[in-house]
Amino acid sequence: MEKLYDKSLTELHDLLVSKEITATDLTHATLNRIKETEKDVDSFITIREEKALELAKAIDLKGITESNPLAGIPIGIKDNIVTKDILTTAASKMLHNFNPIYDATVMDKVYQADMIPVGKLNMDEFAMGASTETSYFKKTKNAWDHTKVPGGSSGGSAAAVAAGQIPVSLGSDTGGSIRQPASFNGIVGMKPTYGRVSRFGLIAFSSSLDQIGPMTRNVQDNALALNAISGFDEKDGTSAGASVPDFTAGLTGDIKGMKVALPKEYLGEGVDAGVKEAVLKAAETFKALGATVEEVSLPHSKYGVAVYYIIASSEASSNLQRFDGIRYGYRSENVKNLEDVYVNSRSEGFGLEVKRRIMLGTFSLSAGHYDAHFKKAGQVRTLIKRDFDAVFEKYDIIIGPASPTVAFGLGENINDPITMYMNDLLTIPVNLAGLPGMSVPAGFSEGLPVGLQIIGKPFDESTMYKAAYAFEQATDFHTKKPVILGGND
Amino acid sequence: MNFETVIGLEVHVELKTNSKIFSPAPAHFGAEPNSNTNVIDWGYPGVLPVMNKQALEFGMKAALALNCEISKDTHFDRKNYFYPDNPKAYQISQFDQPIGHDGWIDIEVEGKTKRIRIERVHLEEDAGKNIHGDGGYSYVDLNRQGTPLIEIVSEADMRSPEEAYAYLEAIRSIILFTGVSDVKMEEGSMRCDANISLRPYGQEEFGTKAELKNLNSMSFVKKGLAFEEKRQAKVLLSGGEIQQETRRFDETTNKTLLMRVKEGSSDYRYFPEPDVPRFAIDDEWIERVRHSLPEMPASRRARYIKELGLPEYDAMVLTLTKEMSDFFEAALNEGADAKQVSNWLMGEVSAYLNSEKIELPDTKLTPANLAGMITLVADGTISSKIAKKVFKELIENGGDAKEVVESKGLVQLSDPSQLLPIINEVLDNNQQSVDDFKNGKDRAVGFLVGQIMKATKGQANPGVVNKLLQEELAKR
Repeated sequence: MEKLYDKSLTELHDLLVSKEITATDLTHATLNRIKETEKDVDSFITIREEKALELAKAIDLKGITESNPLAGIPIGIKDNIVTKDILTTAASKMLHNFNPIYDATVMDKVYQADMIPVGKLNMDEFAMGASTETSYFKKTKNAWDHTKVPGGSSGGSAAAVAAGQIPVSLGSDTGGSIRQPASFNGIVGMKPTYGRVSRFGLIAFSSSLDQIGPMTRNVQDNALALNAISGFDEKDGTSAGASVPDFTAGLTGDIKGMKVALPKEYLGEGVDAGVKEAVLKAAETFKALGATVEEVSLPHSKYGVAVYYIIASSEASSNLQRFDGIRYGYRSENVKNLEDVYVNSRSEGFGLEVKRRIMLGTFSLSAGHYDAHFKKAGQVRTLIKRDFDAVFEKYDIIIGPASPTVAFGLGENINDPITMYMNDLLTIPVNLAGLPGMSVPAGFSEGLPVGLQIIGKPFDESTMYKAAYAFEQATDFHTKKPVILGGND
Repeated sequence: MNFETVIGLEVHVELKTNSKIFSPAPAHFGAEPNSNTNVIDWGYPGVLPVMNKQALEFGMKAALALNCEISKDTHFDRKNYFYPDNPKAYQISQFDQPIGHDGWIDIEVEGKTKRIRIERVHLEEDAGKNIHGDGGYSYVDLNRQGTPLIEIVSEADMRSPEEAYAYLEAIRSIILFTGVSDVKMEEGSMRCDANISLRPYGQEEFGTKAELKNLNSMSFVKKGLAFEEKRQAKVLLSGGEIQQETRRFDETTNKTLLMRVKEGSSDYRYFPEPDVPRFAIDDEWIERVRHSLPEMPASRRARYIKELGLPEYDAMVLTLTKEMSDFFEAALNEGADAKQVSNWLMGEVSAYLNSEKIELPDTKLTPANLAGMITLVADGTISSKIAKKVFKELIENGGDAKEVVESKGLVQLSDPSQLLPIINEVLDNNQQSVDDFKNGKDRAVGFLVGQIMKATKGQANPGVVNKLLQEELAKR
C-alpha cells in the first residue's frame, strides 16, 4: 500500500469512502508509522494500540459515508485533555498515574465524529513552556531537525503531525501553545476564539486564556477538524452560544478586496531577520491576491508578555491547587501529617517551571500585591483588547509572525526563562483579547519553517481560513516536507 | 467602669435547591457518604463549574426579604485555601460584589423595636465534611460540597445576647417565609458565627473582638455570648487585654474555650472566578423575585395586632411558620373569628402536632373545616366541649364540621321543651340540693348543672340550662 502517512484528511476520507482502505488498515498503518518514527521525534506519552484497533473495527462495521468526513481518521490528543480510561498526565509527575473516569467534551465530539484517538501527545508540564522540554517524561524533537525543539507547549501535537505520525492532532493554546509549535514544525495550527471550543475536560492552566484547537498539515484539514470540535457546551459556562458555520465553506482562494493589517510592533525588536523577511514576502503575496495590506499599530501589545505572566500564573496558582495528593495523582510517601501530604506531594510532584509560575501567581494575588499586579494586569489587558478592536473596525484580518524566531536548539533556552517567555511575545496578545489566531507555513529561515500568524475577529475563524487557504494555494511552502516525511523527493 | 457589649453575627444559610450551585449533583441530605457527588464536586482535573440559576434566584429572594439592595452586575470570586473537605483548594464565593448589600431587619426585645443593619448577603458553595474516625484515619464526605449557601453578615449593631438571639430568630423566620431554606440549626442548614467585643460606655471605637464558633443552636448562641460577655468584662476589669481569638462554645459546660489566637488575617488571595462569567441582574428580574415574596412575619404580626386585635403573644406564635400563618389567614377568610382561630391553633392544634410529632400540612385539618367548626360553636350549635370531639375527628379524618356534628348526633340541646323535663327530673331526684339552694348555698347549682349535663351526655347548651334551672328553682 502506498504511504498513507502524508495524505490529507480529505484524501484519506476518499480512500475510506471508496473502501480502498478500511479504518482498520489506516489505524494499523498509523500505529506502525508511529512505531517507526517515535525514536526520532518522541512525541507520544501514551499509545493506545488495542483500543484504537477495536474502535476502528467498530467504525468499519458501521460503515463510512461521505456525510461523515472525519470517520475512521486517526487523531492524537494533547495529554492535558482528559480522556476516559486513557492515562492523562499533563506531562507531569503529579499526574503520571492519572487514569480519568470521564471524557472531555472535545473527546465526546471526537468519538461522535468516529475519529480514532491513537494516543496522548507530549507537552510542557501542565502546558507551561514554549519548547516541550518541561515534560516530566521525554523531550520531543522538531520534525525538521531533531536537534531542535518542537516548540510548546503543544510540541508533541505539532511534531507528530509534521512527522506524519498522525494526520491531525488536538493541542491547547494559552499564550501561543498551538501557533508557536505549528510554526516551528511547518504545519497549520488554529487557536479558536475563546469560547468556541468547550474547555470542559481540558486540565486548566489559565482559565481565561486556555483554548483547544486543531493542528494539521493543511488549511482545509484544519477547518474540517474545527468543524468537528466546536460548539456550545452546557458544561462550560464560558463556552459561547455563537452558531458554528462550516469553516470549509469559504475556501475558494479568492480574497480580492480583503483588508489585511500588518502591525509595526510585530516586525520590531526581537524578531529575527529571516522571520521578518518571510512575513514581508507573505504581505506581498496577499497584495498579489488582490488584498490590501496596510501597516497598523497595536501600541499596548508590548505589555502583553508582562500582563500574561501575571494573569496566567495567577490563575494557574489557583487552578493547580487541586493537585494536593489527596484524591488522585502523586502522593509523597514521606509524610507524617496533613501538611506534609500537601507540601511534600506538591514539592516532589511539580517540576521547576510549574513551581516558578505558582510562586509568581501566588505573589501576584497576595494581599498588598494584588492591586499593583493582578488588578493592573487586568486593566492593561483591556487596553490590549481595545487596540485589536480599533484595528478590526477597519480590517478583516491581522498578519504577523507566529514566533519571533525559528525553532531553537534543545537545551538552548531551558535555563533562561525570560528568553523562553519572550518567544510568546506575538501570540500572547491574541489570548489576552480572546481572539482567534492561527499559524500557517510561510517559508523558511536557516532551513527551518517560519509560520505566518493570522489573527481574526471574534468568532470569525471563517475569514481567517479563507485568507490562510488563499495564501497556502498561492505558495508552495506547505508542499515542502521534512526528511522524516520523505523530504522533497 | 462598665462596658457596652457589641455583637455582629455571620449567618450561613443553606439553600434548598434541587442541584448543587455549580454541579448537577443532587443537593440534599441523608445519602450515603460521597453518593451525591460527581467529578465536579471532587475537583477532578479539567472539570468546570456552571452556575445554577435557581441558586442565584434563591439568594436574591433571601437578600430582598432582608431588605438588601441587589448588585446588578456581579460575579463570583475564588477564596483560596487548602483543606481536605475543599477539593479544589478554593471555594467559589463572592468577595467585592455580593449579590445583596445594605439591608436591615427589625427585631423586638422587651417590647422595643430595634433596626439591625445587614452589611451583605453573598452566595457561595459549601465545603464537604471531614469525619475523624478510628485508628487515626480521617474521612472526607463530599455530599455537602457545592451545596449553595448564602452568608448573611450583620453590622455590629447588637448590644446584648438577647438582641443577638432576637436577630437570629428574625432571620430564621424571614428566611423560612421565603421558602429558600429549611433554616434548621440542628441540621446545619443554618449556622452562626458570632463576633463579640466590649467597650467602655461612651467610647466610639470598638474593642478587640473574639469570634465564637460551634454555636449549633439558637440557645447556644445566647449562652455562648452571655458567657463571653462576662469573660471579657472580667479580663478588662482586672486590667487585662482581650486577644483577637477564635473560641469554641462547649455545650457541656456552657463555656467558650480558646481555639486559636488570630495572628494577622489569613490571605485567601481572592480573585474573580474566571470559569463563571460575570452576570447581570436586570430590574425586571429583581421585581419578579420581589413580587414572589410572601408578606414577611413582622408585617403580619403588626397587622394581626392592629387590625385583628390579637394579643402580641398570639401574633408572635401564629407567625412562627409560614404554614401556620397562612392557615390562620385562610381560616379567617372562611368567616371564623380571629381570636377563636388563634386559640384553636395555639391550643388544641399545637398540642396535637406536638403529641403526634407532625406538621400542620400532614393532618387532615383545613382552614375551611376548622372555620366551620368554630362557627358552629359561635352560633351555639355545639358546645366547646363537643367541639373538642369534632376537632379530633376533623384533624384525623377530615370532612366538613357540620356533617360530622350531624352524623355523630353531636348537636347541642338548646330547646327548652326538650330540656325542661330533664331538668325537672333532676330536681325531683335531688331534693337535698334544692333545699340547700333555698338555704342560700349557691354551690348546689353547680352540682345540679353537672347532673343535667350528665343526663344529656354533655349535649345540653350550658347557657340555656343555667337560665332554665334558675327559673325552675324559683318555682319550687
